[in-house]
Amino acid sequence: MEFVLLIFLPILAAFFVPLLFKKIKGIHTGWFVLLVPIALFIYYLGFVTTTLDGGTAVSELRWIPSLGISFVSYIDGLSLLFTLLITGIGALVVLYSIFYLDKNREKLNNFYVYLLIFMSAMLGVVQSENLISLYLFWELTSISSFLLIGYWNTRDRSRFGALKSMMITVFGGFMMLGGFILLGIMGDTYSIRELIAGSSALVGQDFFTLALVLILLGAFTKSAQFPFHIWLPDAMEAPTPVSAYLHSATMVKAGLYLVARFTPIFAVSEVWVWLVTGIGLLTLFWGSLFAVKQTDLKAILAFSTVSQLGLIMSLLGASAVAYHTDDALFKFAAFAAIFHLINHAVFKGSLFMVAGIIDHETGTRDIRKLGGLMSIMPVSFTVAFIGSMSMAGLPPFGGFLSKEMFLQSMLALQHFELFNFATWGIVLPVVAWVASVFTFIYSFYFVFKTFTGKQKEKPLPHTPHEAPFGMLISPVILASLVVAIFFIPNVVGKWLVKPAVVAIQPDLYTQPSDVAVHVLAWHGIRSEELWMTIALIIVGFIMYLTMHKWQKLYDIQPEYVSLNALYDAVMTFSEKGMNGLSRFYMTGLIRTYLLYMFAFIISITTATLFIKKAFVVDMNSFAPVSVYGMMIAIILVIAVGMVIFAKTRLSAIIALGAVGYSVALFFVIFKAPDLALTQLVIETVSVALFLLAFKHLPALSNHGETKRTKLVNAIIAAGVGITVALVALSAHSQKLIPSISQYYKDTVATEAGGGNIVNVILVDYRGFDTLFEIAVLSIAGMGVLAMIKLRLSRKENTDENK
Amino acid sequence: MELIMAIVIGILFMAAVYLILSRSILKIIIGTGLLSHGAHLLILTMGGLGGIAPPVLADGVTDYADPLPQALILTAIVISFGVTAFILVLAYRTYAEHKTDNMNLMRGNDEHD
Amino acid sequence: MKTNDVILQTTTKVVFFIIFLFSIHIFFAGHFAPGGGFVGGLLTTGALLLLLLAFDLKTVQKALPFNFIIVIGIGLLLSLGTAAGSIFFNVPFFTHAFDHFTLPLFGETELHTAMIFDAGVYLVVVGSALTMIQTIGGDA
Repeated sequence: MEFVLLIFLPILAAFFVPLLFKKIKGIHTGWFVLLVPIALFIYYLGFVTTTLDGGTAVSELRWIPSLGISFVSYIDGLSLLFTLLITGIGALVVLYSIFYLDKNREKLNNFYVYLLIFMSAMLGVVQSENLISLYLFWELTSISSFLLIGYWNTRDRSRFGALKSMMITVFGGFMMLGGFILLGIMGDTYSIRELIAGSSALVGQDFFTLALVLILLGAFTKSAQFPFHIWLPDAMEAPTPVSAYLHSATMVKAGLYLVARFTPIFAVSEVWVWLVTGIGLLTLFWGSLFAVKQTDLKAILAFSTVSQLGLIMSLLGASAVAYHTDDALFKFAAFAAIFHLINHAVFKGSLFMVAGIIDHETGTRDIRKLGGLMSIMPVSFTVAFIGSMSMAGLPPFGGFLSKEMFLQSMLALQHFELFNFATWGIVLPVVAWVASVFTFIYSFYFVFKTFTGKQKEKPLPHTPHEAPFGMLISPVILASLVVAIFFIPNVVGKWLVKPAVVAIQPDLYTQPSDVAVHVLAWHGIRSEELWMTIALIIVGFIMYLTMHKWQKLYDIQPEYVSLNALYDAVMTFSEKGMNGLSRFYMTGLIRTYLLYMFAFIISITTATLFIKKAFVVDMNSFAPVSVYGMMIAIILVIAVGMVIFAKTRLSAIIALGAVGYSVALFFVIFKAPDLALTQLVIETVSVALFLLAFKHLPALSNHGETKRTKLVNAIIAAGVGITVALVALSAHSQKLIPSISQYYKDTVATEAGGGNIVNVILVDYRGFDTLFEIAVLSIAGMGVLAMIKLRLSRKENTDENK
Repeated sequence: MELIMAIVIGILFMAAVYLILSRSILKIIIGTGLLSHGAHLLILTMGGLGGIAPPVLADGVTDYADPLPQALILTAIVISFGVTAFILVLAYRTYAEHKTDNMNLMRGNDEHD
Repeated sequence: MKTNDVILQTTTKVVFFIIFLFSIHIFFAGHFAPGGGFVGGLLTTGALLLLLLAFDLKTVQKALPFNFIIVIGIGLLLSLGTAAGSIFFNVPFFTHAFDHFTLPLFGETELHTAMIFDAGVYLVVVGSALTMIQTIGGDA
């Protein structure tokens, strides 16, 4: 089967959602939607055996073959891992949402349509093998994310958050598109596999570094890396299932996917290694530092997501180092990155769901109002505890293992000798350690401030109680996975992680079993990372206990020097600036627009005439000057003058008629009897028309035109006149191709059986023109009739809005 | 003759554009009328003004005037008549509704952004 | 437009028919000599315009009880029908046919489907122009 079509299955399903929602009121729409991710998850599980020994599967749907653009579903270890995350967590999130969103109050039809669109888009991103279709799906995730964040579209904060995430991620998307196109030009293909195969030829090309930076911008904006992370906390206005799904487990990981996917192409670059590792670590530090400042449960999780994404990013950067040295020390990083990615998706998903439960059952997410919920909500507490401890990096939870591997990889980096790592490498483990301390603090902060201690005196909006059973299923499943991963890390490693590692570093391994990483919980008493962990637990615990003393330090930072303030300022400035700019040239006056148009006509036409050397006057081809012609020309010019300087309407109209009659005379001397006849009659009828309309029109007035506007008008008018005269001369003097007229003259009697060539052209050779022309004439006639006869009775209905 | 025609066409276009840029609706309509006259003569001149006989078959004549521009112009003349009538009515209906023929006053308002 | 110009009215009665017949002639001559649907239609319009100027709108409407919008429709149908008719003879759209016939009274005549197309043009021109003139003139 062409499994590329499965990417579109969720979108297809989305078509039925509104129908199901409208017709079947009794059953929550989510139950139907749930079938989609479950079916996909089961289907894609079948590919695990393929990727286990390094195999891949490809399915192609040609879209625009002439441009080399197609939908290609390419399944290898990396894309399969992401696919399983998207469908698996997707299924759990849909299940959770069934209990979270009330079927009677919420617009479920919208919600699930957006969610399914997102699912398709995300599958497309991770499976696309073609850069352009990848970009397409990438932007589709931005748009569906925008819709989901703004789902409660009556709230200001929702709309603001939605717009912010859209602005930042779409900006990144455009940058990425630029990078893709550069890559496509350099490699002469949009296929990622072909680009990777020919990556050695790309290095050293002029735009290699530019393409690298542009693609990284796309990845960084999507994965909320510093300084683009500011959209993620605001995106927390989305319903919690969305936050759990998009903003922790899947969409924000698209950036990581992109970095992992392009590692084989860009890893050779020093810029890549430094940027990915450096920005990743900075984000890790920044996110963990500011997570402690937050008081909203979801905001804490948002910042913690930012920081964990930074962690994985830095590991991906470190994995690129393996391309420069054979030392086994550096080969941990890629494994650690993927392993932590799985861990994070699992524990962060569960934490978001718990935050949603607390919000749902107590009515608030403000950590200052919460406390002592442990006894009331024991299951939620257990889930939150498991998730947080895994996040903090404590045994016996999955996060401990990947945290240890992270520290190990960062420690290894200081032994790397290229790219100034010997000098600066020591900074990396230090930053990593400090960030880990803060991670420890905010994990404790999240779980213990909410669930332990005394209940606050002020009553909560709702009387708290444990969540309904259905709502707990998903978080409990995720929490048990967190524990399970700790005990079977090498099974996960074998089936999921190692195939993905091979996809990131195809040059280093031929098959997944070559990845010589064996995950151990215990590395021996002498290992550095063990002592780092112990130290961070001690320091972190002390700092957590003294938190109320130093948390105030965050208030030193004034609101107006934050990145958010910068974003707001840029938005306000661009809105005002653009508004001002368009108001500057969009005056609302037709004259202004006409001036622009005429000025462009003059400049473009004359410039082309002279630059292309198209201005040629061939005096020899001119017809001889006739006395009648001269006389008519003089009469015509005088009549035109009269039109312009006429003081009354009547004289202007009569002068216009005189111009028309002189034109008719021109037709006579230039051997055009049909034209002359038509022009004479038309002119008569037109003058009659003008006279009929006369009584409805006001007297001529120049409405206070100043000398200056008249002068400008005159200059532009003279310019147009001269341009047209030049065009007339040169068009007459050079014929680039022979005219078709000769054909008409030759065939008019034989083919068309006529004698008057002009009339035969009209009714026969170019009959189509005439057919449309009479159609236009009829429309004009009916338009006149409509404007006069069919006046809408506006007396009683002056404003349709009322 | 072509040179003279080019000048005449230039003058017609100049006058037409000048009138179209003015503020009075009636002047704009007259301007469009002049513009179509200019365009007709322009097409005719482009095709060439030679030719001894009109483009109607006759025995012993070989040098006909170019029929193609004439056919095009014939179409254009009739169309421009229809358009002139249309905008004439448009103009006076506008005047009846807004009580002004000053283009400067007909610029919408800020609510129409 | 109330006028009582007896001289104008009397001459108009005669001149109208002269112009009208001339316009019919011009229309039929169109295929071989200057003329055709456009000119013929416009001349007819001119003749009717003269009637309108000499008498008033109501009198003319009584004498010529046409709804000119319908005249436009008939014209368009005629033209489009001629153009489309060729499809039924298995030739491309807009292919005209002509042949020589010997008719009583006229003798040997060349009959042409283009003439029917031109008749449509004629009707559209007359219909549109008069619709415009009548509605503008009738607008108080």
